[in-house]
Amino acid sequence: MTADLSEKLGREMTGDPARATDEQPETSTDTLPPPAKLPLRYRNRFVEFFYRLFTERPLGAVGAIICVLLLLTGIFADFIAPHGYNAISPLDRLKPPSAEHWFGTDHLGRDVFSRVVYGAQLSVIVAFAATTLSIIISVIIGLFSGYLGGRTDMTTQRVVDGWMCFPDLIILIVAVSVLGPGTWQVILILGLLFGISGSRIVRGAVLTAKENVYVHAARSIGASTGWILWRHILPNVMPPIIVLYTTRLAAVILAESGLSFLGLGIPPPAPSWGGMLSIDGRSYMFLAPWLAIMPGLALAIAVFGINMFGDALRDILDPRMRGGTGRYIARVRKPGGQTT
Amino acid sequence: MGSYFIRRLLALIPTLIIASIIVFSVVRLIPGDVLDLMLSENDYSATGHDTREQLERALGLDRPIYMQYLSWAGNALRGDLGNSLWRNTSVTSEIAERLPVTIQLGVLSLIVALTIAIPIGIYSAVRQETIGDHVGRTFSIIALAIPNFWLGTMVVILPAMWWGWSPPNDIVPFFKDPLENLKVLLLPSIVLGASLSAVVMRMTRTMMLEVLRQDYIRTAWAKGLPERTVVIRHAVKNAMIPVITLIGILIPILFGGTVIIEQIFRLPGLGELLLQSVSTRDYPIITGIFLITGVVVMLVNLLVDMCYGLLDPKVRYDG
Repeated sequence: MTADLSEKLGREMTGDPARATDEQPETSTDTLPPPAKLPLRYRNRFVEFFYRLFTERPLGAVGAIICVLLLLTGIFADFIAPHGYNAISPLDRLKPPSAEHWFGTDHLGRDVFSRVVYGAQLSVIVAFAATTLSIIISVIIGLFSGYLGGRTDMTTQRVVDGWMCFPDLIILIVAVSVLGPGTWQVILILGLLFGISGSRIVRGAVLTAKENVYVHAARSIGASTGWILWRHILPNVMPPIIVLYTTRLAAVILAESGLSFLGLGIPPPAPSWGGMLSIDGRSYMFLAPWLAIMPGLALAIAVFGINMFGDALRDILDPRMRGGTGRYIARVRKPGGQTT
Repeated sequence: MGSYFIRRLLALIPTLIIASIIVFSVVRLIPGDVLDLMLSENDYSATGHDTREQLERALGLDRPIYMQYLSWAGNALRGDLGNSLWRNTSVTSEIAERLPVTIQLGVLSLIVALTIAIPIGIYSAVRQETIGDHVGRTFSIIALAIPNFWLGTMVVILPAMWWGWSPPNDIVPFFKDPLENLKVLLLPSIVLGASLSAVVMRMTRTMMLEVLRQDYIRTAWAKGLPERTVVIRHAVKNAMIPVITLIGILIPILFGGTVIIEQIFRLPGLGELLLQSVSTRDYPIITGIFLITGVVVMLVNLLVDMCYGLLDPKVRYDG
């Protein structure tokens, strides 16, 4: 896919070099790409991606299905949940799972199933908001640090180094101790935390991408830095960014629930999965183990799904990031076998 | 050889300075209304921080920023991180009291993680695409998805429900009674180690596969060496070098893990002190712990890099 894109961009460059020096690039963008052909190619690529996902990476397909289910649960939580997430009913305290309360009830008589469903909604909101924020931060830092190089890069990377010395959870706890717990604070802190560490990956990809011939060509005909970054570098570092986005979603969900577990994340009565498992509810969990099992299970399944989908995505989109797979040992060990 | 280590050591200085600035800025982030909140929430009269001015002075917020940083950093270098807002104890002594438990928990967990992960990872790579490989990978996929706090909670709750057994949490110093001490820390370490092992296992497997397709492995096979020798003498030795660097990456995760595990098993470690200080808004302690964890991670990374330099001569020449 990367080669495809760069080839396309390269073709655009040689086809009309004047465009790169154009003073108003906005007006000329829609006139240039070969008309009507692009949508078809994109659609094919999209179809091809899912074809490969389901045929080559069945586990990734399972992950994709879990992600879709999580997303749908989040969006339609109001319709799925039979009760409100904070509908207290003192008469039904700590009831075991039954036909009426699928996952039982908690110490306030709230329906655990409804809380888990609303918890999915909360997780989805926090995950998307924080991850989007973090990717924006990563891309900005990574693009400028990687492309500009020199002193800018040195300084930025030393700051990132310093930042990355601190364990994630410790930064989160300290930041929450300053900003106070709350949904927006958690999103902000998680976005910043993962944004800075993720910039490394974007920077690495930029360092490779900026050595491409068409980037040199663009620079030599006087294209502005912003234009090169936007039109030539960014499309080329898209695959690792997409992979980063997916893996970060799981990391954000885990971090948020970890924080809420410690009582520092999203404050009750919000139905955070981590919060439901928190120390405060510990004494009730001995009496009602479903309180501990159900939210944890939901969390594990969500993280599993995103991880699997992310892995498959990485293998399909970005072969450069793939670890040693393949069947080398079988080839090596067979006498006369071809080694690659 | 020596120059590599010296260069590496010198590179630590800017990082250390930047890290200290980060810690310091976070302290400075404390907005003024938090001071008011601290005063309204808590009664500081016993400790002599009962007015806003006194609290500002105790936190050192009444001087210009650069002065605050310089005096704070200077004191920190001498090992003085200020005093607790609540107790009249120094932050350094509070941390020193808690650090052994956390370090012990961390080291034990690391040992557990490596002993589980490395053999399975090697086996998984050598017997790729067999049932054993699939079982190993499934385990690592599941371990990766299960949050350590959930695993820990289950480990505490289920035995208590079934057999009325709960893990001991009266910690004694290791040098006083090693056996009793390990009895308390073993279960928490296994929980934390198991959740860490997934990453190590994946890495070991990937690295082993990478090495197993190298030319020298083919040569070893061609010479007719037995599998044992090829795998252990030729492959594992080379595959372990990147796995060692992984330890540097694991240390921060380990620190985060200890905070959670200490809460679950009620161990009096650094994480417990941190959370307690967060709830009492004891900022000097929070800052101190923040700094200490950063410095420890940095030093471990330095050690890892040096081991890397010792093990892999290529690194030393590349600089």
